[in-house]
Amino acid sequence: MEYAIKTTGLTKKYKEITAVDDLNLEIRNGELFSLLGVNGAGKTTTIKMLSTLTLPTKGDAVVSGESIISSPNLVKERIGVSPQETAVAPSLSVKENLTLMCDVHGLKKDKAKEKIEELSKALDLESVMNRKAGKLSGGWQRRLSIAMALVSEPKVLFLDEPTLGLDVIARSELWDLIESLKGKTTIVLTTHYMEEAEALSDRLGVMKNGRLLFTGTVKEMKEKTGAERIEDAFIKMIKEAK
Amino acid sequence: MKSLALSTRTAKEILRDPINLFFGLGFPLILILLLSTIQKNIPVSLFEIENLTPGITVFGLSFMSLFAAVIVSKDRESALLSRLYTTPLNSFDFIIGYILPLIPISILQSIICYIVAIPFGLKPSVGVIMALVGNILVSLFFISFGVLCGSSLSSKQVGGICGALLTNLSAWLSGVWFDISLVGGVFKAVANALPFIHAVEMERALFSGNYEGIGIHILVVGIYTLAVTLLAILMFLRQMKNK
Repeated sequence: MEYAIKTTGLTKKYKEITAVDDLNLEIRNGELFSLLGVNGAGKTTTIKMLSTLTLPTKGDAVVSGESIISSPNLVKERIGVSPQETAVAPSLSVKENLTLMCDVHGLKKDKAKEKIEELSKALDLESVMNRKAGKLSGGWQRRLSIAMALVSEPKVLFLDEPTLGLDVIARSELWDLIESLKGKTTIVLTTHYMEEAEALSDRLGVMKNGRLLFTGTVKEMKEKTGAERIEDAFIKMIKEAK
Repeated sequence: MKSLALSTRTAKEILRDPINLFFGLGFPLILILLLSTIQKNIPVSLFEIENLTPGITVFGLSFMSLFAAVIVSKDRESALLSRLYTTPLNSFDFIIGYILPLIPISILQSIICYIVAIPFGLKPSVGVIMALVGNILVSLFFISFGVLCGSSLSSKQVGGICGALLTNLSAWLSGVWFDISLVGGVFKAVANALPFIHAVEMERALFSGNYEGIGIHILVVGIYTLAVTLLAILMFLRQMKNK
């Protein structure tokens, strides 16, 4: 089995605090994997390590065939990241933000133009292409943020809390968008919303205090805990974990 | 190419902010207009345009620190830098991306100051070109100082340090408005230990073509620029690693 991500004993310590503890995780090519956990569970730190933003204290991870420790630059060429907070240049237009990402990824002019047209259509950004990113609503900014992460045609896409703080309509629209990306690229998504994980994930992982408690499908999670709803299954799993 | 992409973005972010345009261009021009008008109405030589303009260009460059500091600190606080750190950009691209675009903006600011000074009696000469060349060094000092502050302080703090403290230091301790020797004592000693007065004297010498004693001014400004630029690069790389 080819894995898009395989971590081996991945650990991150900040002085006395262990943010991620001996994480062994395998994510298959093309699947959408959700990382669940309460605040401080280690989800964002895991994403930061996998996306080369921070070095692990111990262990390693292979992302799209390359080690985050020995070949971080190769990993960077194969991933796209949409961080937790909206990461757009506020004074640039939507088109200019996309152009910026094309240029930093070294896309030639023709290819960049083609990519911008393709993404603006796919993410329904055409009507706001010339508007300044800083003036857009939260939902549009998240949409742009994801488009910026997709510019490099990443093999692995990290979406850290992509719908945090969005209203119900904007969230639903983003779900449709994420759904449309499934299968084309491996997606790792962190979320607090159980219904989001249930609606989108092929498989999910539950973290608590930096440790991975469970990996499997939503159905397996419910079966394991005997709960009917994913939220109850999650709460039971977290409460029972020592 | 990649650093150029970041440079273009930095320039757009700065030039599209009307407050930046007011302080970067408007404020130095207002000072030239105001002080030249005062000079016309007083019997003593206090704000002679040949002395005033090179000094104002140096003072104007102090705003570049604020621009650089604000954009770096805001990028650090937003998730934009985190996103860019996950792209193939390297540390060199980032340093160039923040410093490079501010140099032509600085020179443009100085050119506008010299043009505005012409109706007030400034005679265009080869000295203007020499002074503009000198301003590249001075602008590098101020930009690097901004990158240094932006890499280590919050966007609120840089407003105080670069917007208030630095502009006041470069105003009062540079000899642009009055002769520091008239105050003397500790004030003069402090002014001489800092680069601002040397930057102004260097610019006045380059503009007038009287290069006597210019060596010490170039040396002081050069040492400060080198030290601050190295510190700025180190601090930026440190926060990049911490991120």
